[in-house]
Amino acid sequence: MQAKIFTNERVRIKLFIMIEETKIIPLEKVVIRFSGDSGDGMQLTGTIFSNLSAILGNEISTFPDFPAEIRAPQGSLSGVSGYQVHLGSRGIYTPGDKADVLVAMNPAALKVNVNNLKPHAIVIIDTDSFQKADLDKAKFATGDPFKELGLTGVQIVAAPISTMTRDGLADFGLDNKSALRCKNMFALGLVCWLFERPLEDAMHQLQNKFAKKPAIAKANIKALTDGYNYGHNIHAKVSTYRIESKKAVPGFYTDINGNKATSYGLLAAAEKAGVKLFLGSYPITPATDILQELSARKEFGVKALQFEDEIAGICTSIGASFAGALAATSTSGPGLALKSEAIGLAVISELPLVVIDVQRGGPSTGLPTKSEQTDLLQALYGRNGESPVVVIAAATPTDCFDAAFWAGKIALEHMTPVILLTDSFIANGSSAWRIPELDTYPEIKPRYVTEYYNNEKELWKAYRRDPETLVRYWAIPGTEGFTHRIGGLEKDYDSSAISTEPLNHQKMVKTRQEKIDRIANFIPPLEIIGDEDAEILIVGWGGTYGHLCEAMETLRGNGKKVALAHFKFISPLPKNTAAVLSKYKKVVVAEQNSGQFATYLRSKIDDFNPYRFNRIKGQPFIVTRLVEEFTKLIEA
Amino acid sequence: MDTRFEAKDYKSDQYVRWCPGCGDHAVLNCLYKAMAEEGIEPHNIAVISGIGCSSRLPYYMNTYGFHTIHGRGAAIATGVKTANPSLNVWLMTGDGDALAIGGNHFIHAVRRNIDINIVLFNNKIYGLTKGQYSPTTEKGTVTKSSPFGTVEDPFIPAELTIGARGNFFARAIDVDLKNTAETLKLASIHKGTSVVEVLVNCVIFNDGIHKQITDKEYRADRVIYLRHGEKMLFGKNNDKGLILDGMKLKVVTIGHDGYTHDDILVHDAHEPDITLHLMLSLMKGDMPTAIGVIRDVAAPTYDDAIEQQIAEVQSRNPIRKLNDLLMKGEVWEVK
Repeated sequence: MQAKIFTNERVRIKLFIMIEETKIIPLEKVVIRFSGDSGDGMQLTGTIFSNLSAILGNEISTFPDFPAEIRAPQGSLSGVSGYQVHLGSRGIYTPGDKADVLVAMNPAALKVNVNNLKPHAIVIIDTDSFQKADLDKAKFATGDPFKELGLTGVQIVAAPISTMTRDGLADFGLDNKSALRCKNMFALGLVCWLFERPLEDAMHQLQNKFAKKPAIAKANIKALTDGYNYGHNIHAKVSTYRIESKKAVPGFYTDINGNKATSYGLLAAAEKAGVKLFLGSYPITPATDILQELSARKEFGVKALQFEDEIAGICTSIGASFAGALAATSTSGPGLALKSEAIGLAVISELPLVVIDVQRGGPSTGLPTKSEQTDLLQALYGRNGESPVVVIAAATPTDCFDAAFWAGKIALEHMTPVILLTDSFIANGSSAWRIPELDTYPEIKPRYVTEYYNNEKELWKAYRRDPETLVRYWAIPGTEGFTHRIGGLEKDYDSSAISTEPLNHQKMVKTRQEKIDRIANFIPPLEIIGDEDAEILIVGWGGTYGHLCEAMETLRGNGKKVALAHFKFISPLPKNTAAVLSKYKKVVVAEQNSGQFATYLRSKIDDFNPYRFNRIKGQPFIVTRLVEEFTKLIEA
Repeated sequence: MDTRFEAKDYKSDQYVRWCPGCGDHAVLNCLYKAMAEEGIEPHNIAVISGIGCSSRLPYYMNTYGFHTIHGRGAAIATGVKTANPSLNVWLMTGDGDALAIGGNHFIHAVRRNIDINIVLFNNKIYGLTKGQYSPTTEKGTVTKSSPFGTVEDPFIPAELTIGARGNFFARAIDVDLKNTAETLKLASIHKGTSVVEVLVNCVIFNDGIHKQITDKEYRADRVIYLRHGEKMLFGKNNDKGLILDGMKLKVVTIGHDGYTHDDILVHDAHEPDITLHLMLSLMKGDMPTAIGVIRDVAAPTYDDAIEQQIAEVQSRNPIRKLNDLLMKGEVWEVK
């Protein structure tokens, strides 16, 4: 274990300000965006920096923003890859709207981020890659990109990063290309100096990352150190900002992204239930990390396997579920569409199954690397026949753990498919996470037939149900005395044999729905945060939690009375949903689609007619826009 | 032979609903017999199926059974076997289910060599949807969906199986009860994916499609039953045999043109090289149709490989609890 003890209460953050006098300004939050060519290593740079900040006790939230192309033409606008980190002492709910600091490794990175900057942001550029040819590639017409973009207020820190990186590595015996690949670490060193991040942890991370290539590790560490020293040597005009570090809940912390948290949530559910975890999957952006993480977890006996297509991914999982595993499949929107028929099979055969949909922009291939909430209605209704399932949505990167745990728990205890919706934003975004104590999590107890019918085997039928939950009992192949047949054909309520009898079918349809509805008795009630006497209730679900929470806090800071109801359980809805929502005069449902959740709520609650705030841009909400719109609604 | 079980121990209480005269009845009875002879307890058997007439079969077995969705049986059976390798897993499928809508899952199951037994009921027609052509329907056949004859070349299941790097392929005839039961048992015993193509008659929509080879009257002369280690002999008097003539198989008669018993090929089902197996399985026209186990090659299985990999990792990595994994990563403490 490499636990680090964090004791210093304050973290000082310095920012370059190209002004004459030196000031000290207290600051709660800073947004830093690393941006460059998709080959420039910006994701690694951002990840290392966010880890350093988390280790120092800052709250962090990150957002990697990369192009769909693995390597778009060098220096082109479509090839820009970014990584945004929001850090501060408290209340970090999102990766932040606009950057205080931008590291732009080339003119294209500057151009695509023109709307992501605060007016007086610090922009660090590599002058070596701001030459005529580079400007041409980014389609600048003049030699002054800042003026051309109207960035008159920003403060530019121009440094020949490429040259200094190469010169610093002159004795390392690297070819020109390999040496230049370390320039991201020079930039990171510079930023580390600005924010007073000690380099040891960054060095440690680099050594781990390049464990099999010690020469490359050494070169990167040298570039990192050179960048840091360069900052130190030119520190003439610097403002010092201070970020207070809040005392977090005591415990052990780690930095985690949503896809990893989802993977661990499934592991936790399997551990708690005492069953083996099986994941049948097929690579698809942005869900592939779940397959990759779990396929590496063989020490747990996990069988996480890649199959020939999306359908095989879910069908192997259904087979594994029939055979007694906690079975899951991971995908994104197009894959969910392919899995529809098989989800229906899991519904009618009443088998436990977790289907993870890491939502991305659609329809069709859409925006594979961008984020949306447009699969909600597909998850709820996208199947033939009356085919109710449980739908859960994770709110934040770390909440993916709890959401996946709950998905596993409900699937196993209620013998049903559960669709877990996350999205590209929270799947790739990360934040500091207090490592949970599994003892504090609820038990998971599947209803094994052997615990109910061992002494009266002859009375048992495959679709006999627990009277309270309507859940059928789980008889695992290999168990003597409980051989049975299930399948996609309708079965008789009593005998469990195939039945086409009209009244029986209606009874079975209603029973399957009622079984899902009764799960509302086993999930937490909807909680309201904010003001009891709010002028407006913001309603959201899933991965927009951070933005909506921050918007609410900002509005309350502006003297408004605001509350937030954020849904994690969507089907079934928490029991108190109608009662809670009808308490507020004004309600606005904010979501990254054209109003799917609002439509769903209206179908469930009489006379419910909320305002709607919808954005479908493939990008996270912008808090300032939310605040503006909600203020208008309050004042309307 | 295991004597603990009888055929009836594998029989469920459900009324068998196939049409009278359907070839599937015979295969079902052969399966009961094969299972009883192998002697695996019914509760350790899982019979999976897709959609189609033959896919109703699991309901008639007193084993664990799962009647699934069209074409996906191979993937679901793969999941069952991977999750619990101690089960004896069967897939009941048809020419449409396995080779059209489920073609992808079929070839990948075969390629992976997962230890499941695939029984492919080939009646060269879609029966349950009432008479459309399938991927094994001969070119030119008039069916309800090809009123002017099909313009497609059919798959030959053996060729597809061997092309997908299959290690076990056998062919059987519905009405040949003794040999079919024996072949199914050999398929079950084989470790890895075994494919048994059973030529079945659809009495309603494709009656007599295999008549040319299955009819008792001329079966002996049109069929060669291959047994590993035995001479490739056939015919009413067992005096016809197969030899290699250059690069081709040829039928000869012992005692004619100077051919003797010694000239006849010996069947080696265990030979890894596919050449002869493929030639045998493609025989048609003037050549006899090959029946029995054509290919039976030992090879590592997918399910074993997965268990081995887990065992190897577990032998060097003691972590079994999530908390231990998390604490091993980049962790810091807040006091």
